[in-house]
Amino acid sequence: MANTLSYPLPRGASIRRFLRGASFKALAPWGVPVLLILVWQLLVQFGWISTRVLPSPLSVVQAGIELAKSGELFHHVKVSAWRAIAGFAIGGSIGFILGLLNGTFSLSERLLDTSVQMLRNIPHLAMIPLVILWFGIGEEAKIFLVSVGVLFPIYINTFHGIRTVDPGLLEMGKVYGLKPHELFGQIVLPSALPSILVGVRYALGIMWLTLIVAETIANDAGIGYMAMNAREFLQTDVVVFSILLYALLGKLADSIARWLEAKLLQWHPSYQEG
Amino acid sequence: MLRIEQVGKQFQNGFIALEEINLEVAQGEIVSLVGTSGCGKSTLLRIIAGLSLASVGAVYVDDELVTQPHSNVDLIFQEPRLMPWLTVRENVQFGLANVSPLEKNRRTQFILERVGLAQFAEALPRQLSGGMAQRVAIARALVTQPSILLLDEPFSALDAFIRMKLQDHLLDIWADDRPTLLLVTHDIEEALVLSDRVIVLRGTPGRIYQEFAIDLPRPRKRTDAHFQQWKERILNSLDLSLEQRLAVEA
Ligand SMILES: Nc1ncnc2c1ncn2[C@@H]1O[C@H](COP(=O)(O)OP(=O)(O)O)[C@@H](O)[C@H]1O
Ligand SMILES: [Mg+2]
Repeated sequence: MANTLSYPLPRGASIRRFLRGASFKALAPWGVPVLLILVWQLLVQFGWISTRVLPSPLSVVQAGIELAKSGELFHHVKVSAWRAIAGFAIGGSIGFILGLLNGTFSLSERLLDTSVQMLRNIPHLAMIPLVILWFGIGEEAKIFLVSVGVLFPIYINTFHGIRTVDPGLLEMGKVYGLKPHELFGQIVLPSALPSILVGVRYALGIMWLTLIVAETIANDAGIGYMAMNAREFLQTDVVVFSILLYALLGKLADSIARWLEAKLLQWHPSYQEG
Repeated sequence: MLRIEQVGKQFQNGFIALEEINLEVAQGEIVSLVGTSGCGKSTLLRIIAGLSLASVGAVYVDDELVTQPHSNVDLIFQEPRLMPWLTVRENVQFGLANVSPLEKNRRTQFILERVGLAQFAEALPRQLSGGMAQRVAIARALVTQPSILLLDEPFSALDAFIRMKLQDHLLDIWADDRPTLLLVTHDIEEALVLSDRVIVLRGTPGRIYQEFAIDLPRPRKRTDAHFQQWKERILNSLDLSLEQRLAVEA
């Protein structure tokens, strides 16, 4: 202690150190949203905005807590998640298999690709009236719409991934006498994986968007039902809460996709670790 | 042993790339194919590897007619062609089938030490330099203990200093099992450092124009006067235009 020379720190040094610190870097992105929410809360509290137009953040949170307590929240999320997952599984599988077939066999590409590309140009949400005629307003209609929305991004990216496999690597596989199914499993599929995962991430976005629109079709459960029902009773806080819930679940799906990419594509030059 | 009899190649578009190629390479011999770009060197190597079929003639590896890739033949290309999702170790083991796991690990470890990459065994290809990646490709080829190793301009993507080091390194490792080496290159010094014989391909379609038995003592010194004389002789045989010559000598 005796030989610790204590120079006075230059003015502002501790602030600068804080700005460079890890905890600040982690917290900084939240600064603006927190500020906005505070401003929002104050605006509502002082009556600058009518609660009819926009409820205060606190009442939105309260609405959420109440819905959670009554078990309603869990029920609606479960219904929506089921629609999303079922639609994604069905549409994703079809897109994936079509992509594999058309990427691998030129005969199947010649037969099918043009048709798929033509169907792709129909905005799937424009089909809602037709879908209601076909399936009625039940679960099938919603799952169908999600499937159609998810199918094309998965198809295109799987197809593209397979078509862009490095022919040099395939040749290496042939040098070592790999059989067609081994070439496929050991070279084609891993090569195509980055592209397929891009498709998955894109498809997840479309999945939620489609679900949000599809759930405004007459309904008796799901997040969309929760919102529409609340609108009837002018419960703006529940409406806003439902919107936030969609955002949250969308973000969750995206995070899962990112996590998958980080997990599976460590080898890829554009996914640097850390 | 490698025997090439009257091989010719005409592509589907009608282009004739090779004609009347006859060549015999003894076990353990090192032979270089030199020639200007487009004279069919890679085409010939692909035919020998069983990746492409000769239009006429036949290729025999250890007295077996080649119709598809042969398990005794391995190949190194200009690009390392490593599987980017496999580690160095897994890449080296890629072509190593029909071997017990114990033997597999033993051989992999041995060859990784031979190419000086033992401490990079768990690295991914994207973490390697060009020279290191090509050494992995060499390890992957040699770990299968092929009787014939075909090399298509294996070092031409590397800078001059690393290229020279790898040439010496290849010779050093070659001495372990002494496989037959058939090397395509347009680097005449590379051919002279490595080969017992240099074969000059020329023309369209490509034919064997001349053959040289290189009697220089080993290890060969690139600065040696005899070495430079050989270089002159082969350059003359290639009959390059002035620009081509400047490019080759650069
Ligand atoms: N698949 C193919 N179809 C038609 N022409 C080809 C094909 N592959 C190579 N060629 C032609 O054959 C000639 C020899 O090619 P190549 O063996 O690659 O030459 P190099 O000696 O430079 O390795 C070139 O003119 C090339 O354009
Ligand atoms: Mg070539």
